[in-house]
Amino acid sequence: MNWNLMILALPGLIFLLAFNYVPLFGLIIPFKNVDYAKGIFKSDWVGFDNFKFFFQSQDAFRVTRNTLLLNFTFIAVTMVLSIILALMLFELSKGQVKIYQTALFVPYFISWIVASYVLYALLNPQLGMLPNLLKDMGKAAPNFYNEPKYWPFILTVCYLWKNIGYMTILFYTTLMGIDSSYFEAAAIDGAGKLKRAFYISLPCLKPVIIIMSLLQIGKIFYADFGMFYFLTRNSGTLYSVTDVIDTYVFRALRVTGNIGMSSAVGLYQSLVGFALVLISNLVVRKIDKDSAIF
Amino acid sequence: MIEKRSNRYVQKIVFNGVFILLAVICVFPLLLIVSAAFTEETSLAVEGYKLWPSKFSLDAFSYILKSPKQILMSYGVTIFVTVVGTIGGLLTTSMLAYVIARKDFKFSRILSFLVFFTLLFNGGMVPSYIMISKYYHLKDTIWALILPYIVIPWHVFLMKGFFADIPMSLVDAAKMDGASEMRVFFSIIVPVSKPAFATIGLLTAFTYWNDWWLSMLYIDDAKLTSLQYYLYRIMNNIQFLTTSMQAGNISIDISNMPNETARMALCLLAAGPMLVIFPFFQKYFVKGLTVGAVKE
Repeated sequence: MNWNLMILALPGLIFLLAFNYVPLFGLIIPFKNVDYAKGIFKSDWVGFDNFKFFFQSQDAFRVTRNTLLLNFTFIAVTMVLSIILALMLFELSKGQVKIYQTALFVPYFISWIVASYVLYALLNPQLGMLPNLLKDMGKAAPNFYNEPKYWPFILTVCYLWKNIGYMTILFYTTLMGIDSSYFEAAAIDGAGKLKRAFYISLPCLKPVIIIMSLLQIGKIFYADFGMFYFLTRNSGTLYSVTDVIDTYVFRALRVTGNIGMSSAVGLYQSLVGFALVLISNLVVRKIDKDSAIF
Repeated sequence: MIEKRSNRYVQKIVFNGVFILLAVICVFPLLLIVSAAFTEETSLAVEGYKLWPSKFSLDAFSYILKSPKQILMSYGVTIFVTVVGTIGGLLTTSMLAYVIARKDFKFSRILSFLVFFTLLFNGGMVPSYIMISKYYHLKDTIWALILPYIVIPWHVFLMKGFFADIPMSLVDAAKMDGASEMRVFFSIIVPVSKPAFATIGLLTAFTYWNDWWLSMLYIDDAKLTSLQYYLYRIMNNIQFLTTSMQAGNISIDISNMPNETARMALCLLAAGPMLVIFPFFQKYFVKGLTVGAVKE
């Protein structure tokens, strides 16, 4: 037994246990009527009441649907566009790539809070750039922060804005790693650029595409909280399309202070999320064993 | 042949055009904030946000600088959290990652699983919230903003990937000379892993600098408001802006306050500096994302 190595690992292990494992005891919270005077474990059991309350409300369907649909749209659109962009970037010179890469990466460094300032400058009804532009063109400008129908689109655009650079560069660096002799050989055989992209570049990207999709589908039950909370300015009129599981749990916990219900929804999210990771990994193992995470 | 060449020419123009457009879309919206910060309040109120101020003014900045207490305090909080968190996080994470990378250690597989499992399953926000606020009593303390991110499982894996590439013979040779594990790590492994430390250090610093989540959960005290959380609070609640300004200088006339432009100027002051700095280290961020995605 190497005690010295154990000592090296110990601080990290303590943090891991304290912030990732000890909280797992809290998974019994939804089954309890939490009373801090008695402590969580000695509080009274309430069975599945908290779950019943949530699943019998309309909220359950709404937040689940919003989370899944929006996340799925984000994943699909980002994936397709960033692959196309990476293939295009691959055709350009290194100097050009460097400039574009820097510009495309800028939004990645911006927090959703700062992004919400930008969106506010673009959309707010009195002063926003877009409503003013519409007014100048003689059209009526909607109050975007009160009109749910625009938000699936707005959110998708914002998601793309923030993430497309990251994903494009990820695929681009993979393309740069391909042995150039493949392309040379194909060119000698008379394959055009499009053919080379289809028969060499895309197959080489396949493992990364699969892994990235798997990672993201595994997380499809988790929403990017900051995006949904800040960009919409937590506007109640938009909840029908923008309220997702994470924002719902946060409000139940920090605004209404309903610990029982928020923890029930949280457990629902954890369990379904876990199942999705396992299933998607299983699917990937069937398709391509080497790409599976475990 | 001529046709082919002109085709290629067209393709180049189209591709470059697409990327120029994208680059503009990525950067231009940010200019709206810069422009608004330098616009005179009344002209902004009449004409709305524009890419170029129609009436240039520094009022918003002079207004903020009259009582800069809150923004300075927030800078202090964010800088402290980032520095302490990054140093603590790097040390803790690298030591754990190194032990996991040591295949000859009996418990390295168990430790690896413990880290990995947290990526698959977690208890969610409520149990952590209750633990941290009711049992660890970190609510409204600066430690609530630091401790939860000291060990980020994903960073442990990235770091383990780096360490796994170091030849074991280096370790064996040092141990033959009688060096303890502690010494091997600090005087041999750390020096040869500078790129790894730079990458993870930067990712960690970025995580702390841009974090608002821990503040939203655990901080009510205005003194512990980080930069990002301050921006959230003044966006959401213009009163927080006016009260935080008044705290320093009671004589400000509220009716004349350049609220709209001051907000944007604060956004610029709070987020601007790092936005200029981070892109210089872009290659480390790219490294961090590719290593993680391609290799488990």
